[in-house]
Amino acid sequence: MSRDADGSTTDRHPLFLPLVVLGGLIQGFGLAYSGMARPEVVLDFLQFDDLGLILVMGGAAVVSGMTFYIATHFLDRAPLSSDQYGRRTRSMDRNVAIGGVVFGVGWGVSGICPGAAYASLGIGNLPILWAIAGMFVGAYIQGYLRSRSQTESSHSITADD
Amino acid sequence: MIEGALEAAMTFFPRGTIQYLVGGVMVAVGIAVIYLGTAIIPGNSTFLETTLSYVSNVPRFNRPSYIASRDWRVVFAFSIVAGAALWGLVLDPGPFVTSVQPWRLFGGGVLVGIGTRIGKGCTAGHGVCGLGSASTTSLVNVVLFVGVAIITATVVAALGVTP
Repeated sequence: MSRDADGSTTDRHPLFLPLVVLGGLIQGFGLAYSGMARPEVVLDFLQFDDLGLILVMGGAAVVSGMTFYIATHFLDRAPLSSDQYGRRTRSMDRNVAIGGVVFGVGWGVSGICPGAAYASLGIGNLPILWAIAGMFVGAYIQGYLRSRSQTESSHSITADD
Repeated sequence: MIEGALEAAMTFFPRGTIQYLVGGVMVAVGIAVIYLGTAIIPGNSTFLETTLSYVSNVPRFNRPSYIASRDWRVVFAFSIVAGAALWGLVLDPGPFVTSVQPWRLFGGGVLVGIGTRIGKGCTAGHGVCGLGSASTTSLVNVVLFVGVAIITATVVAALGVTP
């Protein structure tokens, strides 16, 4: 059970937004500190000139893994939402593969992914606005085409986000 | 032997290792803070799609779950900017400006925007949270995007595009 596109309770806990801010600040600091907010560092990784990014993603995945394990095994419900803890799982289909390939080409061309791009703006990297604008354009193209194809074919595809 | 190890470290990690590990751990701690409080797993690319609902009436962007989460996703994204600024502009000297060309940033950005939305997640969603959840779907996605990105970056460099 994934809660990624959620947070939809109408009466939110007063600490909900402060917690989101705190989490964002820590993540943004980490992205800047790790160097991942610099496209050059990512591109160096992709050309095997600096393997540091393995440590960033690996270190993050290990900590996430421990967090998810502890929460789903030992904790009851989240204090601010009363929701049950779950892991992040997505159904496997052709789109996961196609999306991975398209994302890979984009990442390889630009050295930028969404979270790192927001962080890049924070380190004063104004040219990154090109990348952020591009991401919005890409997300719009994808959403527009998917909405249209769903209207044309009468059967509804339930999008899994 | 120690010399050999140091030499290998210098070859593969010319900028060192500590900041990468610490930064990566902080990325996950930021996610964990929100997750432990709310049980929400905050990906970074859903911000793009949900934010479009403010300006577009395309049904895809205006699903109830998107409308309900778009406000805090904006807050989350701006907090990431602020957190990065705290390190990049306050504690670390001076702003950083990339020399990667605008067409690469924009063109790559478009593909990243399409790819993360088709593929149900990005580096944080699949690469950190999905792998942390031992999700096979995420593993497939990550192997594909890292592999394809390595090939792409190598080809782009081989074509003489710098930076």
